[in-house]
Amino acid sequence: MSSPKNNISIGLAGQQNAGKSTIFNMLTGASQHIANYPGVTVDKKVGNYRDEHGRVEVVDLPGTYSLTSFSLEERVARDFLLREKPDAIVNVVDASSLRRGLYFTFQLLEMSFPVVMALNMVDVAEANGRRVDSEKLAQLLGIGVVPTVGRKGRGKEKLRQTIRQTAREPKAKGSLRIEYDRLEEHIDSVYDVLSESKALAMAVPLRWMAVKLLEGDSEAFKLLNHYHKQPENVIELVRSSVEAFEEKTDISPGDYIVSCRDREASRIVDQCVEVINTNTVHVSEKIDRVLLHRGLAPLFLVLTVYLIYELSIVQGYKLTFLTWPALAWIRATVAGLLPDPGMLQDTILRSLPLWMVDSVNTLLNYVPIFLILFALIAILEDSGYMARIAFILDRVFHSFGLHGQSTLPFILGGVFTGGCAVPGIMATKGIPDERSRLATILTVPYMNCLAKIPLYTLLVNIYFTASRSYVMLFISTITIIMAMIIAKILTSTVLRGRETSPFIMEMPNYHMPMVTSVLRRAFDRTWVYIKKVGTIVIAVAVCVYVLLQFPGIPDDRMEHYQKRMDAAIKDFQADIQGTQYADLLDDEQGLLDLLNISARYREAKLAASTQEASRAVDERYEARYPELFPLLRARDAESRAISRSLRNLANERTTLRTQIREETIVHSYFGSLGKALEPVTQFAGFDWKINVALISSFAARESSVATLGVLFQEGADENIPLEERMEREGEAGGNTPLHALALMLFFALYPPCLAATIMVKVQTGSYKWMFFSIAFPTIFGLAVASGVFTFGTMLGLSGIQAMGAFYVLALITAIGLSFIRDPGWDQGGPRYTTKQEFTP
Amino acid sequence: MKRFRKIHKLSTECTECTLGTEHHKPPCQVLTQVKKGCRCRIRRHNAHGAIRQRLLDLGFVPNAEVEMIRCATLGDPLEMRMGDYYVTLRKREADLIEVQMA
Repeated sequence: MSSPKNNISIGLAGQQNAGKSTIFNMLTGASQHIANYPGVTVDKKVGNYRDEHGRVEVVDLPGTYSLTSFSLEERVARDFLLREKPDAIVNVVDASSLRRGLYFTFQLLEMSFPVVMALNMVDVAEANGRRVDSEKLAQLLGIGVVPTVGRKGRGKEKLRQTIRQTAREPKAKGSLRIEYDRLEEHIDSVYDVLSESKALAMAVPLRWMAVKLLEGDSEAFKLLNHYHKQPENVIELVRSSVEAFEEKTDISPGDYIVSCRDREASRIVDQCVEVINTNTVHVSEKIDRVLLHRGLAPLFLVLTVYLIYELSIVQGYKLTFLTWPALAWIRATVAGLLPDPGMLQDTILRSLPLWMVDSVNTLLNYVPIFLILFALIAILEDSGYMARIAFILDRVFHSFGLHGQSTLPFILGGVFTGGCAVPGIMATKGIPDERSRLATILTVPYMNCLAKIPLYTLLVNIYFTASRSYVMLFISTITIIMAMIIAKILTSTVLRGRETSPFIMEMPNYHMPMVTSVLRRAFDRTWVYIKKVGTIVIAVAVCVYVLLQFPGIPDDRMEHYQKRMDAAIKDFQADIQGTQYADLLDDEQGLLDLLNISARYREAKLAASTQEASRAVDERYEARYPELFPLLRARDAESRAISRSLRNLANERTTLRTQIREETIVHSYFGSLGKALEPVTQFAGFDWKINVALISSFAARESSVATLGVLFQEGADENIPLEERMEREGEAGGNTPLHALALMLFFALYPPCLAATIMVKVQTGSYKWMFFSIAFPTIFGLAVASGVFTFGTMLGLSGIQAMGAFYVLALITAIGLSFIRDPGWDQGGPRYTTKQEFTP
Repeated sequence: MKRFRKIHKLSTECTECTLGTEHHKPPCQVLTQVKKGCRCRIRRHNAHGAIRQRLLDLGFVPNAEVEMIRCATLGDPLEMRMGDYYVTLRKREADLIEVQMA
């Protein structure tokens, strides 16, 4: 008794836009995960399901138009099929473009795989006036054909059954064989030489191999050299066959093969597709007549971008007010678990964990914004409008050496609106053009990431209060102008020799986005962001902490502060002399406890939003500290006086702590580095404090404002906002709006944060580009900032004047560059393997 | 607004490219010369390698019928209909495709 195996693995193959992923979701449901194909950055989606016989593992192959060896995705898909030899292959075909889908099916059949066709989106085809006879199609192709509607889950059971059936009877003898008429004799003779090699016959289907060799497929020649004992003989035979064929027919075998397949496809389509209504214009086309109208298209595009901005950034920011208390609660809880604060300095056991929690919280604060942003972008992708955006903008991007499909990475990176470079760089995966892809990866970090915005807001509020909206407009558009200039420079210099590819894209039909798929994508991408927070940022936070805290404040300064503190304590103790609390507070530990308890009490009272909650806090503290409670909430004259005195002491302590913290940073490694860099950065108008903030912001941009906050601390205790503190000091130190402009420009061109540079490494696969992505913007940014500051000072321009001048200059440069001929155009496209001319 | 209407009007004039008869075939044209709303048949293309393969995969095979649908706001790329689906090409690639008016 032979038992067929119960656990099988199948591959899901098909062309782009055929609805492969909806079929994948339909078959596997929620149990799926993403892996990588060995050695390449192509995603490998794997899922599984159970039917009555056993487990079925489903591998989603990259969506490709055919199975040649021209693109990475095609090679990956083909290698997987040849190596893993899945038990069955589900070929997803869009019923509305059956003819083109059949080209792909033929290639699968030629490779002798057991194929099941999922004839997808039959409902759309019928709406467009085409009815496909699936039984007839199954009969003509000799394989199982199941009509499906992946989005609605229609055809799921039937498809699962057919998969099982096909896997059980793998020798699909009856399947269609494409005849290549006049080429057949050559195929036969090549087939005969190939069959001499048993190893080759084991590895690949020989007829397919013969066809591929005659086509001139480079990977096929590699396989030949690998398996065949005398590849030279075969290559010689193939060469002479191709010559003889071209001599006789005046057409290359490659083109002849294509035309034979096309003829076969037409024959099948003629027999299987019934045209119900010839006059229907596709619904998608009707929509496009409005949305892609030559004059109106930009309007709809701007509207869409504005809507994304309004919903994700503006509304999302409001949402963060709701989520922030949760993060604050986490911080308070962690703080409660850690050792109590010391009188003047905290132990590292307290300060380091709190530092890390703060760093993570700043990033997690953006999660609501990202969820909305990523959901909206998933809607754009699923609906099909993203492809239209690429269509509208390709001309612009193309002038700068980029690609229409650079749009998505730039939007994720935060073109006008604020985003994050990490998902932006990840999204460059879809760009088919290698040179544009690299240029996009290297320019996405110039976009306005959400974390850059606090610094902009801070500077604008200090230096440009009068012309706030102009400056914000300047910031949001100058970044894209600079990114275009840099993309053009990069593609005409360092990226010059890279492969480029054309913008040949199928315009997908419009679809109603599915809630589950949108949410899944939004959560997946947000999760990537959170993982970044969880790993890299925490690691970097530790490094920055060390570099900002060590080697620490000199001993003599510490002694000085200690003396001041002691004096304050003495004053306090003199005040309480003779009261009932004197004994309780005569040692320093008791006093420190009281200070910490009263600080916590005040915090708890502030956090209590209702009267009941406030009363509950009172009750809790009274129960816990019965002796000290009268001092926290003074009722009689004596305790009121002590309480006042206590507050003075607490204020003095806070001032001293702040001064110590500042001096620690001045003496830290970063402080020294910032000072050491002053001779270089003075041309851009940066003093050492700014330098320190910029250096620390490499870890995560959010920290720039936090670091500035620590550096400009005088007045922090009087609850003066950072804006005013910086303004006050700035006026004293002669800072002008020109300083602020130089700083904003440098910050706009600043290298990607650490997480983004790591993503650059992942997506380019090379450390060289990672270092380039750090070094180039630093030099370029400093040059631009220095140029603006130095010339602005020389010409005596005000901040706004310099800004206007720079904007005009950048715009003219960008427009000028867009007219420069692309060096890639003269190279006659990418290198190719065989010479093929088309002469019918 | 006037300008757009003018463009639209211009592009619907399709008569001039359907003058060819059995005896007098119109001269060879490339795909970029096909006006909006006009149909043509592919004769051959001069692309190589990956571009060629991609064009063939998307149905740009000899004798395939193509209908020009529109161009983007800035005049490039072009969108065309190949039977039941729509494909976009840059002018640079469309220049490589020789067509005959249908």
